[in-house]
Amino acid sequence: MAAIVKMQNIVKRFPGVLANDDISIEVEEGEILCLLGENGAGKSTLMNILYGLYHYDKGEIFIKGEKTTFSGPGDAIDKGIGMVHQHFMLVPVFTVLENLILGSEKVKGLSLDLNSSKKELEAISDKYGLEIQLDAQVSDISVGMQQRVEILKLLYRGADIMIFDEPTAILTPQEIEELYKVMQSLRLLGKTIIFITHKLKEVKEISDRVIVLRDGKLIETIDTESTSIRELARMMVGREVLFRTEKPEVETGREILNVKNISALNKRGLPALKGLSLNVHEGEIVGIAGVDGNGQTELVEVLTGLRKISSGIITIDGKDMVNKSSGQFLDAGTAHIPEDRLLRGLILDFPIYENLLLGFEDKAPFAKGLFLDFNKVRSWAEELVKNFNIKTPGVNVNAGTMSGGNQQKAVLAREFQRNPKVLIASQPTRGLDVGAIEFVHERIMDAKKEHKAILLVSLELSEIMNLSDRILVIYEGEIVAEFNYGEVTETEIGLMMAGGEDK
Amino acid sequence: MKKNFLYSTFIDNDSVFAFIKAILGVFFAFFVVYFILLATGYKPLPVFAALFKGAFGSRRGFGETLLSTTPLLLGGLGFAVAYRCGLFNIGLEGQITMGGIAAAFFGFIIPEINPVIHVFICIIAGIVAGGIWGFIPGYLKAKFGVHEVISVIMLNHIAFKIAAYLVSMQGPMKDKLDDMPASPFISDSAKIIRIMDRTRLHWGIFLAVGVAVLIWLLLFRMRLGYKIRAVGKNPFAAEASGISIKKHIVLTLAISGALGGLAGAVEILGVHYRLFAAFSPGYGFDAIAVALLGMVNPLGIIASAFLFGILRSGSVFMQAMYGVNKDMVSVITAIIVLFMGMSVPIGIMLKNRIKRNSNGTVD
Repeated sequence: MAAIVKMQNIVKRFPGVLANDDISIEVEEGEILCLLGENGAGKSTLMNILYGLYHYDKGEIFIKGEKTTFSGPGDAIDKGIGMVHQHFMLVPVFTVLENLILGSEKVKGLSLDLNSSKKELEAISDKYGLEIQLDAQVSDISVGMQQRVEILKLLYRGADIMIFDEPTAILTPQEIEELYKVMQSLRLLGKTIIFITHKLKEVKEISDRVIVLRDGKLIETIDTESTSIRELARMMVGREVLFRTEKPEVETGREILNVKNISALNKRGLPALKGLSLNVHEGEIVGIAGVDGNGQTELVEVLTGLRKISSGIITIDGKDMVNKSSGQFLDAGTAHIPEDRLLRGLILDFPIYENLLLGFEDKAPFAKGLFLDFNKVRSWAEELVKNFNIKTPGVNVNAGTMSGGNQQKAVLAREFQRNPKVLIASQPTRGLDVGAIEFVHERIMDAKKEHKAILLVSLELSEIMNLSDRILVIYEGEIVAEFNYGEVTETEIGLMMAGGEDK
Repeated sequence: MKKNFLYSTFIDNDSVFAFIKAILGVFFAFFVVYFILLATGYKPLPVFAALFKGAFGSRRGFGETLLSTTPLLLGGLGFAVAYRCGLFNIGLEGQITMGGIAAAFFGFIIPEINPVIHVFICIIAGIVAGGIWGFIPGYLKAKFGVHEVISVIMLNHIAFKIAAYLVSMQGPMKDKLDDMPASPFISDSAKIIRIMDRTRLHWGIFLAVGVAVLIWLLLFRMRLGYKIRAVGKNPFAAEASGISIKKHIVLTLAISGALGGLAGAVEILGVHYRLFAAFSPGYGFDAIAVALLGMVNPLGIIASAFLFGILRSGSVFMQAMYGVNKDMVSVITAIIVLFMGMSVPIGIMLKNRIKRNSNGTVD
């Protein structure tokens, strides 16, 4: 088959970094091509060049055999190239239909002619099995559907080469399945798909061919059939990656965290936790598996003093913690890796050393009377940056400028420094690449070795399965099942997560 | 190391950018006014020269410059503290008024005593009164979620009306021997001593500069200031690390109001010696411009308060010399504020450009 997209010898330089170093790729018509690489490997850069967002320093681009130069995304769209970004570009208060026709509205007299567009859009939606409710307001529909709306928008504008920029990062496992189905039907009907990702499993599941990038260089172009996850990981990271973090044998000790029959409301005032109970012992990792939105967020907030409970008991090492403040939870020996590190974990406009100081500002040796000893803070921060291998030009750099992996390392560094009795880790590897995931998992195992009690909440089932000593399944605010490590398969848990069976 | 020290001691990460913005804003304001003057038939350069001559050219002029710098500086610091906590305290005018009322009351009700003690009592009274006027909106926000902008606007009006009532014909603080709607004069021992012959300048300016240094230390060296900034930049992360959002909102607004109260007290004790209904000519509102132009950094605010002091005192001479209405200075102020506000989108634009260039390396 002919190459529909050909990028030859692309060089793109950013101040101080060579983002794309002489990269040549070919995309064949009607295939799903994966662009695999760690954060910072240059995959988004390459695709932003193809989409006309960036100018390149050297190289040539051919679309459908024709040499092309883009001066902006408008030119790329004219050539049939479309991109689904990580952050959707939809107006939340408009309906889906209004969003889709925005910018190309048909007018009848003084009013909008929505009906003719609607029929056309319905036809496209049906053809590709997108199942979109055109009349729903965007703010009311799920993230998965918002993404499909973006896809429909591209189709409506006549795209036949579609770039997906890490589309699964924001989706639940079910939504990922649906997305795969949509991608398959797009391919069947002749569309070409370029899929940017750093998740190896996805590559194996969906793609026909893979292109691996590392440090701005093209490492390999390979048929998906003829490679393995292990091999792909090695190409991507540049070294062997252990997929199973060594699980240390640790004697479990006394009960540290005890939660009995707690009930709590979510931020909309609806019941989120309904009589939930669990406990975690010293040296034990308890994993909470579940589909997003079944009370995990509220559970973690309750256990870190960020949300009140309406009934029930919480104790940490025997101490009553019901409706205590977040500060009192820290004092009682909790550490918290928040699910959203940008919201709860870090202050992006603060330098790293001030971020590492959070929660330590009243403690020795930093607190000196009313003052803070910033020299001590800074040298301590430098030590943590070294120990946790945080890549940054220095501790005065704002946290917001670091990559996701390094931001998470900074959160980890700070939370482990609290020397907690219990560690509440909520989606600790969300959005990280394999290298960083490995690092986070190793640190969690270190904590287990140090006899910490660990509660791990994650949407990645494989993470729960690999790390946990005990697995609890949460469904609609209750624990509906409990398993020991190795006693259960992913399918069985998956069923419980969907609320499928009774205990 | 030396560079690091300088960098982190006096400058936070955004302030180089803010500094350029501030200088540009001032420059741009004069630039626009240049053409306004030209269009209205004045010679701009001599008018500007008169503005500065008025502010610096005479002993009296210079005294007046520093005199109006004082409340602007204290008010600007008040606005800045709140702003650093993510709060918009446009209630400083009301807090200044309350501070002035309290200082005047203790100023005339107590007969001649030791001047140090008397001034101290009056200043503390002003701080407490302003602090209460800041505490109220803080408490309302923490307890009931009332937006501070709404509550301080109402508290401003309440403060103005209280002041007007107190010195009205039936008012309890009215001077019965005088037809003026004003309180009795304060005792001599409550007056802040003047420091320059033939000017009204008093030592309040040194107090204000000292307070600026103190607030700088508070924000960038003290535990409390660190927490205030953390709540201001990301309350959710601050809360997750055990910093109480509500407590710091209340505390910060009380401190902010206290600085307003101090400004009011110093105005009464150092300049007017008695309470009038509207003794502050809008210092509390100019304080917003002062703080923003000063990059909400106490050291920057010293400089911007001084600039606004120049404009205020120089404008009188400018009007006398060339007949240019002294409100032309308000135009300059307005354009500076406009530019500082406008440059928020400009700043975002610039930052996005930088981000766009660096994103490719990060994603």
